[in-house]
Amino acid sequence: MEGTLLRTPLFARHVSAGARLVPFAGYEMPVQYEGVIEEHRAVRADCGVFDVSHMGELHVDGPTAEAFLQDVLSNDLAKIGDGEAQYTLLTNELGGIVDDLIAYRFAHGQFLLVVNASNRAAVHRWLKEREPRGTEVRDASDEYGLLAVQGPRSLERLGLEQRPAFTHDMGELDGIDVMVCRTGYTGELGVELCCAQDDAVALWDAVTARGAVPCGLGARDTLRLEVCYPLHGNDITVDTDAVSAGLGWACALGKDFTGVEALRRVKEEGPARRLVAFVMDEKAIPRQGMAIEGGGEVTSGSHSPMLGIGIGMGYVPAASAAPGSELVLDVRGKPRRAHVVKKPIYRKGES
Amino acid sequence: MPATESYPDDLRYHREHDWARIEGEEATFGITWFAQDALGELVHYEPAEVGSTVTRGSPCGEVESVKAVSDVIAPLSGEVLEVNQKAVDEPEVVNEDPYGEGWLVRVRLSDPDEVGELMDVEAYRAHVAEQ
Repeated sequence: MEGTLLRTPLFARHVSAGARLVPFAGYEMPVQYEGVIEEHRAVRADCGVFDVSHMGELHVDGPTAEAFLQDVLSNDLAKIGDGEAQYTLLTNELGGIVDDLIAYRFAHGQFLLVVNASNRAAVHRWLKEREPRGTEVRDASDEYGLLAVQGPRSLERLGLEQRPAFTHDMGELDGIDVMVCRTGYTGELGVELCCAQDDAVALWDAVTARGAVPCGLGARDTLRLEVCYPLHGNDITVDTDAVSAGLGWACALGKDFTGVEALRRVKEEGPARRLVAFVMDEKAIPRQGMAIEGGGEVTSGSHSPMLGIGIGMGYVPAASAAPGSELVLDVRGKPRRAHVVKKPIYRKGES
Repeated sequence: MPATESYPDDLRYHREHDWARIEGEEATFGITWFAQDALGELVHYEPAEVGSTVTRGSPCGEVESVKAVSDVIAPLSGEVLEVNQKAVDEPEVVNEDPYGEGWLVRVRLSDPDEVGELMDVEAYRAHVAEQ
């Protein structure tokens, strides 16, 4: 990444908390504070907070906004009402994944799309180029702070009532106006809190004062990998399709959207390769880019803090994709055995 | 618990942040406090094989944290006599006690004159300060 790195409104808080900072998607972001494993366990056992203010927020408003989003996004927005949210994909004509995102629906044909930081510009450009009359797409990423508060005790610590997953509501936390979204990227109970950028520091202070442990991108990655949430740029890209990636459930193949014909074809013919989850049977840690014998490749790999072994995801020939299938990874020149498991890799109460 | 920063003065150091404790014609190798701190909590140690030959300045194993893999660089040349099985089974011992229970390999030196090329603790502290 050339040039100056951007900073979120919480940069000074990260520095004073002793975070180790790394470049990520053009931002200088905390990868860890006390340690990845400790932070990971805090989220599984209690409550952690992640600064995800680097993520993109795009407003899509207007009388034709819903019809437009139905044309460009894979999932069926008609399935959600005001105050609800949906995981969906922005697909290209070949069925490739430009980005995966969460669409939040508000009253009066207004939508908020929360997109990956590294794809923010690409998604904005994609939508702007196709924006029809009666729809306005606006990149508001720099107007908001976004905190993910995740863990079995997250709602309790924030003093929030239970609410269904994939819903959102305006609320207040210790005097700060927030949009409370029951979404996350850890597989745990939790919320994402969106606030005015100027309130981000106060919100961070309020959330940490309530006992949420500051967590970095390192734990965010191991948490999402244990529950097999794909990471765009690793497991899904413009060169991979949703059906092969196991994201067919987020594609309404009965409606018309960009790339639907290509996806229907993959579904009909069956994917040549599938994105699978696997665990190592030997001591070794899989890493992105490692070859899997027989024509596969690791797309994400790490050490599972909950299971204490190497885990990963990768594309393998469809014939090797069933749970139990044995895999051999090339770990820097050494063959290491693994086997395919049903997703998610980690389930609560099985560690 | 991770160890606090220290660099014992009875060790010799290699610029790639490895240490050697020299005992006659044999030496024990490990990684320094600085190296384990930069890597973070270790979760895997892939040692060189017992009986293999290691060469000064070349890899003699790998250590991995959640986020990264790093070669262990041999500070001196020789034949591997023993690998620390505890570091293989519980790599976090390297974070907890990098100069003691977290040692990595014991080697029979093939060229004891190489010792003169390693840094003493003063030189290594200065090297760390420049990082």
